[in-house]
Amino acid sequence: MAGNGAPTVGVLALQGDFREHANVLRGLGADVTLVRRPEELAAVDGLVIPGGESSVMDKLSRTFGLAEPLKEAIDAGLPVYGTCAGLIMLADTIVDGIRGQRSLGGLDVAVRRNAFGSQGDSFETDLDVPALGWHPLHAVFIRAPIVESVGPRAKPLAALTDGRVVAVEQGNLLGTSFHPEVTGDTRFHEYFLAKVRAA
Amino acid sequence: MTNSTATGEQGSNRVKRGLAEMLKGGVIMDVVTPEQARIAEDAGAVAVMALERVPADIRSQGGVARMSDPDLIEAIIAEVSIPVMAKARIGHFVEAQVLQALNVDYIDESEVLSPADYVNHIDKWGFNVPFVCGATNLGEALRRINEGAAMIRSKGEAGTGDVSEATKHIRKIKSEIAQLTSMSKDELYVAAKELQAPYELVAEIAETGKLPVVLFTAGGVATPADAAMMMQLGADGVFVGSGIFKSGSPEKRAAAVVKATTFYDDPAVIAEVSRGLGEAMVGINVSDLAAPHRLAERGW
Repeated sequence: MAGNGAPTVGVLALQGDFREHANVLRGLGADVTLVRRPEELAAVDGLVIPGGESSVMDKLSRTFGLAEPLKEAIDAGLPVYGTCAGLIMLADTIVDGIRGQRSLGGLDVAVRRNAFGSQGDSFETDLDVPALGWHPLHAVFIRAPIVESVGPRAKPLAALTDGRVVAVEQGNLLGTSFHPEVTGDTRFHEYFLAKVRAA
Repeated sequence: MTNSTATGEQGSNRVKRGLAEMLKGGVIMDVVTPEQARIAEDAGAVAVMALERVPADIRSQGGVARMSDPDLIEAIIAEVSIPVMAKARIGHFVEAQVLQALNVDYIDESEVLSPADYVNHIDKWGFNVPFVCGATNLGEALRRINEGAAMIRSKGEAGTGDVSEATKHIRKIKSEIAQLTSMSKDELYVAAKELQAPYELVAEIAETGKLPVVLFTAGGVATPADAAMMMQLGADGVFVGSGIFKSGSPEKRAAAVVKATTFYDDPAVIAEVSRGLGEAMVGINVSDLAAPHRLAERGW
């Protein structure tokens, strides 16, 4: 990023819990801007894609001319963090998408939508995330996706006890199946902001 | 009730309220067939409400309106991958048990159906699946939250295409919240009494300035501009009941309402998506409805 001030972090605000991300990022000292249009994207040092319905974000991002600039920004190295639907948007391959659903891509992973079943199967649990320190991270999974396969360029950051991968990174990209924005544990956002500051 | 399983704790408050958080900024559409559910998903709905008759038909056909046939609900769940909600009658805890057994993603304890209990609502804490409930004012919303509702929708007057009641209810809830935030601590005890709501919830809202759960709006939303107005009035998202599939071109109208909900503060986008949608649902003026036919008055 340019200059010495606080980084400007965009939060994709087409649908979902973008305000929760904005609040966490502001609390960590970032300048936050909500992104719904290409010109708003051009002004950010990093971007968060929130939780929500990935098929809706995909549709709206294409309809309003945001998908192509987003892909170009990802290719050019923009730091992007996706939670849940955001992880699906960042995956190179979507498994069980709706008819015609596309992703932006960038993460060398295949991600399965709604991998746990219906809302009754949603859950919260403690996760070990070595990259964030020894203290376990409390994670909330809501009709969550799972990283079904991890390609050579991506690196798993956390898995459930059964081995299924739920957090990955690749260069400036970060993705989690779960929602750190709703638990008050800010370590994933801090980890992401470090990428933004270093970019 | 929460269960501990191999994948952690299910049915917790955070997990139940969390799904509603993820629906924010979105449109939830009433559908009566798998084909309609498919159209809704393709148009960008964040969830569908599976039911046998939309409110406009419940109104015109009359009779007792009940939970939908499990076959229909399952067929809709099989057709789409976005969340599927379904309605139980107010107080009908067995319909709710059935809906949970069918693996619906959200249960709407709804005044659109005929109430099964004119005194008690369902004890919603006892379920793994989250509930959304209607409210016409803050006290009603807080009573539902106290019973375990994980999401609130303002009621409006379903099946009319007349948005005036939805406007009234969302404005009422928002202004009652604003009043609480300006009260001194010693006034909150009386406020709780007058709202007929638990003091703890009243004090929490006075502190935070918002409901502890997501607030959608419903009832009479028929156009993109209606949806955008509800968002500008402070709704987190909208339910569209009869408004889409009782209109001239459901596919176009559904997609237009979705876009207007995201760009609710941009009149140029709302103007653009409002063009050429064909006929809106015919509608009934709420003031022409005899009092017994007003659904918003069901629930207490």
